[in-house]
Amino acid sequence: MSSPTGPAAKTERLLNLVLCLLYTRRPLPKSTIRRIVPQYGDAASDEAFDRMFERDKDELRELGIPLVTQDIGGAWDDETGYRIDQREYALPDLEFEPDELAVLGLASRTWAHASLAGPAAQALRKLKAAGIERDGDSLVGIEPRLGTSEPAFESVKNAVVAQQTISFGYRTAGQGQARTRRVQPWGLASWHGRWYLTGFDLDRAAPRVFRLSRIDGAVSVVRRATPYVVPADHHAQEMIRTTVGEQVQRSARLLVHRGRGGTLRRRGSIVEEQGQWSTLEVPFTDGDALADEVCGYGSDVVVQAPQDVRDLVVERLRGALAANSGGAA
Amino acid sequence: MTTPETATARLSRLLTMVPWLVNRQGIDLERAAADLGITVQQLETDLRLLYLCGYGQMPDELIDAEWENGRVFISNAETIARPLRLGRDEALTLMVGLRALAAVPGLGERDAIERAMAKLEEATGASAEAAARVQVSIDEGVEADLLADARRAVEEHRRVHLRYLVPSRDESTERDVDPMRVVNLDAHWYLEGWCHRAQDTRLFRMDRIEGLALLDVDGTPPPDAQLRDLDAGTFTPREEDTLVTLELQPGASWVSDYYPVESVLTREDGTQVVALRTADTLWLRRLMWRLGGYGRVLAPAELAQAVSEGARSALAAYESQEAAAGAER
Repeated sequence: MSSPTGPAAKTERLLNLVLCLLYTRRPLPKSTIRRIVPQYGDAASDEAFDRMFERDKDELRELGIPLVTQDIGGAWDDETGYRIDQREYALPDLEFEPDELAVLGLASRTWAHASLAGPAAQALRKLKAAGIERDGDSLVGIEPRLGTSEPAFESVKNAVVAQQTISFGYRTAGQGQARTRRVQPWGLASWHGRWYLTGFDLDRAAPRVFRLSRIDGAVSVVRRATPYVVPADHHAQEMIRTTVGEQVQRSARLLVHRGRGGTLRRRGSIVEEQGQWSTLEVPFTDGDALADEVCGYGSDVVVQAPQDVRDLVVERLRGALAANSGGAA
Repeated sequence: MTTPETATARLSRLLTMVPWLVNRQGIDLERAAADLGITVQQLETDLRLLYLCGYGQMPDELIDAEWENGRVFISNAETIARPLRLGRDEALTLMVGLRALAAVPGLGERDAIERAMAKLEEATGASAEAAARVQVSIDEGVEADLLADARRAVEEHRRVHLRYLVPSRDESTERDVDPMRVVNLDAHWYLEGWCHRAQDTRLFRMDRIEGLALLDVDGTPPPDAQLRDLDAGTFTPREEDTLVTLELQPGASWVSDYYPVESVLTREDGTQVVALRTADTLWLRRLMWRLGGYGRVLAPAELAQAVSEGARSALAAYESQEAAAGAER
């Protein structure tokens, strides 16, 4: 059998507490609860019981269990009673059609990582508790998945949902060193496969977008921060799109070796074929991203124009040459 | 599960499990465990705990759980026969998941998604508002027609002929594939299926599919074809692959987030030493050129040499091109 103080005994105690508070019609005073829930009998003293009971109440509330306190007067004027209202506790009766359950099932499998795959599966189980399993085959074969591999995801998500001011170390693209930022979180959104936090940067006194993968180390909730409101017209994805994504589309002229540069050929159009080389016009918005792609092709792709992308490529190649020459360190 | 379940997490699981079982009286023990996502042993431990709990400690006040003959019966559990309302994360995962689905191009179930969403919002109230602050987009980089064709091939078990660009080798390939599923991962759509050319399951990124033709041939994959576990990403290293060690400057530390690495050691100055395994080092050469001076191959020495030689010849292409351009004008 389990030890009287281990996690199994605690689950047993909490479950008994939930059961007796749900069952009762009138609020129960602490003394009665202590008598009904056998595990409270193990408490060494009144103080120990009080502490245990206070903690248990907090933990039930954290789980979302609507435990209410009520003044029950009676023999002692200041006595407080406790109960859980069944109507507040229980999930409302929801009838789902088979096609609705099918899309809900698919939605619950969207989360690729354990931190949210667990709650998603549990949510679906709750919705299906009363229903009969009739998952249609209509959605077989398609699976959108959301990765949340960024270590900061969990704590940032919690802060966004609870509207809590946070602080964290953040590395910007140009500089290697992380600086501390204090932010009032507004929204969290994925864009091109990466997660971003939007919010009000308290140190810069301006709205900012943060890439989660650039958050360095732990995210902490700022204590006693001033409460804030998310602007009513805030749309996280819109803000990310205009901040992170460059708007202007330009065109680059590239020399691409015959049979090479497949991804560029797919997007561009051939202007001229000469010997072993094609001249391509390729539209782009982000010069850095294009330079990355071009560098990946080594000597098979050469940027002719514009000059700024050409310079970026030459700079990268020189860097790679310098870093990787002179044998292994 | 990697960490032991806390007492409150277990309580929450039990409060979901009881209504589910109450509505499935007599369900097979093994089937129940599988559907609940736990082991039979865990389920039996849970049932034993339930058996000890009640709204009081008199026999008629205790939950009755029975499973000796391999079928699970639960009675006297009316107080918790309804599931607890959806918690914050539970509501959030389903709602954000549904919105992700709604963004899938050409998905025919929009109506079901909207109905399911409306019911969820009604059932969750305030959580719905918080969930709206988390946004996703997965509609990028694929044509709706291609997605619809691929999905139809999966549903109808039809073989497809693909013209597919392999960027790591920069070549266009032709192959027949028995499709198994269409999956979106980190903002990219993939077609997963049994590739007759490779005689193995393969993931094809859909923005690299140059042509897809549905064949009038049965495309049921061989029985031993295994879907990949995508939670680990699209890239699964094998033991016999080459072990590569890289040194990354802080500006390139995204590499260790983006690729599955065996180990990461962060030095005091913020540089990382990263070890990873790969069968094919061509993509790594491409990566190192892209990273410019931010990445350096520590081992194997041949790879470092290949990177510097490639960078040198790419730079030479620039210089000769510069000279040629000068001569022409």
